[in-house]
Amino acid sequence: MTALQKDRKRGPAPAPAAPAAPTKPALHRRTTRRHWWFTPWLYLLVPLTLLVAFTYLPIIDMFGYSATDWDGISPTSENVGADNYLELFTRPELFKVFLVSGVYLTASFVQIAAALYFATVLSFNTRFRNVFKGILFFPYLMNGVAIGFVFLYFFQPGGTLDSLLDAFGHHGKQMWLGDPDLVNKSLAGVSVWRYMGLNMVLFLGAIQSIPGHLYEAASLDGANRWQQFRHIIAPSIKPIISLSVILAISGSLAVFEIPYIMTGGANGSQTFVIQTVNLAFKFDKVGLASASAVVLLALILLVTWIQRRLVPEERVELS
Amino acid sequence: MRRGWVAVAAATMVVLTACSGGSGGTSSSAASAAADPAKVSGDITVLTNRTDQIKDGSLKKYADEFSRTYPNVNVKFEGLTDYEGEVKIRMNTENYGDVLLIPDNVSITQYPTFFSPLGDSAELSKTYNWTDYTTVKDKVYGIANYGTATGLVYNKAVWQQAGVTQWPKSTQEFIDDLKAIKAKGQAIPYYTNYKDAWPLQKWTDNIGGPSCDQGGKDKLSTTAEPWAAGQDLNAIDGLLYNTVHEKLSEDDPTTTNWEKSKTLLGTGRIGAMLLGSWAVPQMQAAATAAGQNPDDIGFMPFPQAAGGKLCTIIQPDYKYAVNVHSKNKEAARAWIDWFLNKSGSAQAEQAVSSVKGSTLPASLKPFEAQGVTLLLGQNQQNAAVISKIDKGSEIGLGSPDYRQKLVDTARGAAPGDMNSYFADLNKKWAASQKTVTG
Repeated sequence: MTALQKDRKRGPAPAPAAPAAPTKPALHRRTTRRHWWFTPWLYLLVPLTLLVAFTYLPIIDMFGYSATDWDGISPTSENVGADNYLELFTRPELFKVFLVSGVYLTASFVQIAAALYFATVLSFNTRFRNVFKGILFFPYLMNGVAIGFVFLYFFQPGGTLDSLLDAFGHHGKQMWLGDPDLVNKSLAGVSVWRYMGLNMVLFLGAIQSIPGHLYEAASLDGANRWQQFRHIIAPSIKPIISLSVILAISGSLAVFEIPYIMTGGANGSQTFVIQTVNLAFKFDKVGLASASAVVLLALILLVTWIQRRLVPEERVELS
Repeated sequence: MRRGWVAVAAATMVVLTACSGGSGGTSSSAASAAADPAKVSGDITVLTNRTDQIKDGSLKKYADEFSRTYPNVNVKFEGLTDYEGEVKIRMNTENYGDVLLIPDNVSITQYPTFFSPLGDSAELSKTYNWTDYTTVKDKVYGIANYGTATGLVYNKAVWQQAGVTQWPKSTQEFIDDLKAIKAKGQAIPYYTNYKDAWPLQKWTDNIGGPSCDQGGKDKLSTTAEPWAAGQDLNAIDGLLYNTVHEKLSEDDPTTTNWEKSKTLLGTGRIGAMLLGSWAVPQMQAAATAAGQNPDDIGFMPFPQAAGGKLCTIIQPDYKYAVNVHSKNKEAARAWIDWFLNKSGSAQAEQAVSSVKGSTLPASLKPFEAQGVTLLLGQNQQNAAVISKIDKGSEIGLGSPDYRQKLVDTARGAAPGDMNSYFADLNKKWAASQKTVTG
């Protein structure tokens, strides 16, 4: 750090970007040339517009809808105040679907563990590591609908999975999606398959920023791979792991795509978001559905906040 | 530079207003027919769910023929795969084509807000069937092109091999027949199409069939317990329950496949599916494609005879309507009139044309021969109330979800049995009815 600072001091005079006295516009323009204060904002304009238009405005609208009895199509709607929230909280069966999220949450810890394992293994000089990176990351690039259809065949009785098990000596037809005890586990498995690659790439990126001399020093001291992971890698990538856990929890509360495509929420695989979509588009209760969505948002914020309190973020110094 | 800023700001405003803009005012000028075809002009967009007819060019052929009579009208088609979902969302704007099919889940009371009146019901009901499905305050807002009979598509060869030659006249007889088919071991007796789900909602079309009463559906508004014994829905959903419960349907309903089911029925590996007479040509095509005899595909009415006679309801398909915001209403109306009366599309679909006095299609000829009562639609006086009760109760007669749960219950994948599930449905319906009708 200090060396760097010294370097800077020795270098040429500070760049003209440093704020010159803005009292004389003519002078200011001459010295700063094209460095207007709003230049960065100009670049940000497009993403910010998109963000506001497609994230924040709809959320504000959603808060508005949640206080009405709008049916999703008619030009008029009545303001009903907090009635939707009252209805939501007086119908406990609407929250029962969160039990399904528990399965996905368990699966997402499996997913993080697997991602950590693969990221660690691939960060060492493994043979064909780039091929394996590609193979493991590939599912994330695939379209969710395509994945849904592929796995429908995979899970059919006598389908790919059954044939595979057959080859390993486990005979018999399983109803992977038809059995109410299995369906959520099967779907969560698809979700792990799909998102594990993303986690792995995140971890891999973080692991690669660890200076190589640390491993060298550790191996001189006789540390094995597990000890290297335990004392060098894991502490260094802690922020990324905790981010992944937050994403995993909010993700499992808001599972939608895979069950919606594969089962449509049938056979006890309905999640909170599918239930919300049904309320809005099948039963014309957009007000109630918006209230559900607001509650889900609040719930996720709450969980994140609790987690941040339990595991506070700390800067990791790598040197 | 300054000009660039203005442009960016303007673009932002456009994006913002487009997202938060409400729907504008509505004009309610009628879409009436013009006397002279040559004077009608304009470009119209027709929204359709038949993406297959766009692909194979048959819609284009209709449009070419149309332009011979109406040389100044330019017809463009827009196919939507998820018709219901997409059109309903687009109806929040003004841009939902000039001619469209009324989505099923738009409540009848909202028709005047979105569609132009096509004429007085007293007038139009003389020419077309099923106008009461879209009549609000004596004005008709949509006309169906054709109707199809409710009932079961079946493979004649499979049923004959099982020794069944007569159409079953009771639900019990139907179950016994399916058992005979199962005993042969060649075919899955019944296929639910549970995964694709929409075929399950076709069961709802049969309301009024078991009792052979056009007012059967209307009665739901005053019936507190539609799933009680003796009611149509009890017979309909009871049949589905027993079929699945007796293991006469496919092993794993959660991995069914609609496209595959056509081939399976066409090649005699499925005994029957409850759909509608519209499905007959598709099954025949699948049979032909698989090298089987398309004449094996048959169609039978719902297996419950009222007073010794079987009964079927001819239900209208999608109703054609004119967008209330359309700039070329005359041209739009001209297309509807021509398409319904002159195009011959209803005949091509082997369906019952909505134009009164048309002949029955070939697939329904056996119905006439066997003396099946044909009812032209369900009465629609209480349609709005029923839809309100239904949505309020979150049962969804028009969506497959509650029948998926019924199938789950029947195969033991969900707790309870038929009686407990029906009691649950009755309770929900009664509660919602109380809120709606007071």
